[in-house]
Amino acid sequence: MSLRSLGLTAAAAFLVGAAAPAMAQDSIYVPMNTYRTGPIAGSGVHVADGMRDYITLLNERDGGIGGAKITYEECETGYDTKKSVECYELQKSKGSVIYSPWSTGATLAAIPRAAADKIPILSMAYGLSASADGNVFPWVFNPPATYWDGASVFIKHVAEKEGGLDKLKGKKIGLIHLDAPFGKEPIPLLEKLAKEYGFELKLYPVAAQDMQNQGSVWLNIRRDRTDWLYNQGWGAMNPTAVKEAIKAGFPTGKLVGVWWAGGDDDARGGGEQGKGYKALSFNLAGTDFPVIKEIQKHVVEKGLSKAPREKVGEMLYNRGVYNAMLIAEAIRNAQAISGKKVVTGEDVRAGLESLNITEARLKELGMEGFASPVKVTCEDHNGHHKLFVAEWDGSKWTKGSDWTDPMKELVRPLLVQDAKDYAEKNAGWPKRNESCAKSS
Amino acid sequence: MFYREAGQYKTSYAADMAVFPLRQDRIALGLIIAAAYALALSNDFMLQAVLIPFLVFSLAAIGLNILTGYAGLLSLGTGGFMGVGAYACYKLTTAFPGVNILIWILASGLFSAGVGVLFGLPSLRIKGFYLAVATLAAQFFLQWCFNRVPWLYNYNVSGAIEAPLRTLFGHPIVGPAATPQTRYLILLTLVILLTAVVSNLVRGRIGRAWMAVRDMDIAAELIGIKLLSTKLLAFAVSSYLCGVAGALMVFLWYGSAEYTVFDINQSFNVLFMVIIGGLGSLIGSFLGAAFISILPTLLKFGLPALGVPIEAATAEHLTAIMVGALIILFLIVEPHGLARLWQIGKQKLRVWPFPY
Repeated sequence: MSLRSLGLTAAAAFLVGAAAPAMAQDSIYVPMNTYRTGPIAGSGVHVADGMRDYITLLNERDGGIGGAKITYEECETGYDTKKSVECYELQKSKGSVIYSPWSTGATLAAIPRAAADKIPILSMAYGLSASADGNVFPWVFNPPATYWDGASVFIKHVAEKEGGLDKLKGKKIGLIHLDAPFGKEPIPLLEKLAKEYGFELKLYPVAAQDMQNQGSVWLNIRRDRTDWLYNQGWGAMNPTAVKEAIKAGFPTGKLVGVWWAGGDDDARGGGEQGKGYKALSFNLAGTDFPVIKEIQKHVVEKGLSKAPREKVGEMLYNRGVYNAMLIAEAIRNAQAISGKKVVTGEDVRAGLESLNITEARLKELGMEGFASPVKVTCEDHNGHHKLFVAEWDGSKWTKGSDWTDPMKELVRPLLVQDAKDYAEKNAGWPKRNESCAKSS
Repeated sequence: MFYREAGQYKTSYAADMAVFPLRQDRIALGLIIAAAYALALSNDFMLQAVLIPFLVFSLAAIGLNILTGYAGLLSLGTGGFMGVGAYACYKLTTAFPGVNILIWILASGLFSAGVGVLFGLPSLRIKGFYLAVATLAAQFFLQWCFNRVPWLYNYNVSGAIEAPLRTLFGHPIVGPAATPQTRYLILLTLVILLTAVVSNLVRGRIGRAWMAVRDMDIAAELIGIKLLSTKLLAFAVSSYLCGVAGALMVFLWYGSAEYTVFDINQSFNVLFMVIIGGLGSLIGSFLGAAFISILPTLLKFGLPALGVPIEAATAEHLTAIMVGALIILFLIVEPHGLARLWQIGKQKLRVWPFPY
């Protein structure tokens, strides 16, 4: 075959391939955005491995969900908005039933499209916090908690260690954050709490290009004699923060990260002295759960996993498993509601909206103690569920506190107000006309 | 045999000075434009992930090519200037929703032009790498503004700008309800119009003045070209086009954007398009945009679609390797860019089948 005809064939096959839905009759196409490449691949690889392995487990052990095989496909974004948009289009053309954007930018780009394309978005504890309001965002779901819930649990944790919320008065609590919408998100809530409890809020922004160059920030922290620090960071910023905290003599036990600052590699950045570093989480690390054991047995041992054995059970890996579990449960729920084996995006939306993962269900899934129950309703697409503080013991993450309820009564009205603002600013935002799905 | 001017007599000055003096060129151009419009029939993925990005980047590359290719002024601020257009368009359309969005998209470039002129002022004193550093400052400053000045994104809770629903003759052209087909057709029309304007601009007095400044600014000054106005005009026109491209990017492509979309990488991307496509060439801007924007997408999704069993991440790595190798290959084969290859091809075609 000459070079030219080869090229033509390739182009033709590409067009056909992109157009033809790659779906078998009784399978559900579940695509996943991943970032195994790019500047923050260090975090993305583990999350992607966890998601992939859980879906593989369902296919291998149960033959899919409710008798329908899951056609799982990764789309590589490198955490880049342009590539995420490409992935979204490709997945849409293949008939995806759910969109997992896995980046704030990609979530924001997809939110207005979701209702038009009839593909629900599951942005698990990331994306736009205001999308927790189901009345305004019927197609967007972000359980189990928002960044504001996280910040409130952090304040509760500080209060617990200091001996009560009234002891916060006069304390200096800092927020070291990525200078981007994601990093700035907790500021309004922390400001409100600062007023209420009388602590002083200090802000330490880290520009995206200076993630690994935080020297001056930590000089300020030392000068201010900040008592506690909350780290709303991502990617290379986190291990650097842990390293710099140790260099600056800041007690690692008083540095608490958001869940995305809680990777094993983030904590390892501190080396020996990183012991005691804390991060919020909604899933436990480790392999002592039946579900992880099953993954090891059915997936890892059979060589179907891409994860190195020792990485299975790490914090971010387990978070990937958790995300895949939410998707799988939503699909199962959708099947129950619609009575169909192969569900559509609209069915999955209903499935997500009536998601109710109880303690008993978690036990069935082999996730007892792995995560807290999750319940989503039509109004509340988040649930504001319990979080805990994970503590790094020098080699692995341990449970450093009990499951703690966020200050929902404080967070919720703010979120609803934000959602209203969003709809008002985007004139012509569609009114919700999707009926409220009831769990079967 | 088919591609030569024999027998085509020019009987007027206008015919002699036409952009495309050859009948074959005009026919080919007509066919290309017709084909481009016909491509609106392809599927959503093709439009949204391949064709729309290509057109947006083509316009941005033309913008930078005015500055770097025609006027010889190196700029690393393209991303920032694109951002100015996008944010200006967002502010304008949210403040005056009654005015048609197309007017605002074209008007937003004016704001970008103003900012461009401001940051172009140092170009009178400094050249080359030093100017690149000055424009780099523009890039960082503008990006900082997009992040730190909440007024620019209307105090939006997401910190991003979103394209609201806008219509033309009652038909949605911007926003989630607009189909990719509509957006593509609008974009294509705008790009063709602006390219036509620019192609006439660079052939005329202004374009010649730019090229004179590029080739030797002292000589240009001696023959009576005012450096101040010429260089600033280059900055203005270039930033205008980049600004419009930025507005098109948010309103007809992404639908919403964070400030990170307009970061330094975007500037480098467009600069690479211009260098690989060919400095000082409009067709080069299109070829460069196709190379940098379309090729990675085709490789990444094309290989798995062909049935090559590779993982998504591996495809991404392979794409990076192949694109990098191709860039080096093309620059070795033809340092003057793809536009020069195109020109050589046309010359060969003229003497075909009897080369001498």
